[in-house]
Amino acid sequence: MAKPCNVTLYALSTCIHCKKTKQFLEDNDVQFKVVYVDQLTGDERKEAIARIKEYNPKLSFPTIIIDEGVCVIVGFQKEEIQEALDI
Amino acid sequence: MSKQMTVEQLFEMLKKFQEPKGYFFNKDMTMTMPLLENLLVNKERYGYMACPCRLPNGTFEDDKDIVCPCVYREEDMKEYGACFCGLYVTAEVNEREDTSIVVPERRPPEKILGQD
Repeated sequence: MAKPCNVTLYALSTCIHCKKTKQFLEDNDVQFKVVYVDQLTGDERKEAIARIKEYNPKLSFPTIIIDEGVCVIVGFQKEEIQEALDI
Repeated sequence: MSKQMTVEQLFEMLKKFQEPKGYFFNKDMTMTMPLLENLLVNKERYGYMACPCRLPNGTFEDDKDIVCPCVYREEDMKEYGACFCGLYVTAEVNEREDTSIVVPERRPPEKILGQD
């Protein structure tokens, strides 16, 4: 059972690694919020980019932010996700 | 208006040009086909095939470094055996059972606009 964490997945709607990460979280019953940055415009896009950059200066996707940055996982890193969320 | 290219047509066309140069499609078709499909989605959205795994700015001039094949592919393949999104891999990587490789982003973040 996944630990109760605040998990946000910053993703692109066209990205295969993002899709696989999302699927992996779903398959493991993780509660999370997904933000498709390529579908945002204006201030929403700027805010999302600023937030990601705070935790992942390379601004790459997927970026998973857990509990306000207690843990940040960049890329589809199965083992890191499993460890961080205890799944 | 020309008929949109199908994924299969794109696959055949790119394969013919890229494989002789040593850029092989990832044999994992659960990666390759969605990536090609999303190149076509980006072509519809932006007018050019921006890398599906990067955030486009929306104009060709600002995104020409990430139009597939991106300018970072050669270095990524040399160092990791795969391009950033994993569409292209080396022949050696395609011989492995698992061809999924996490390639860190090489595109400078300053290239992504609208972040102030």
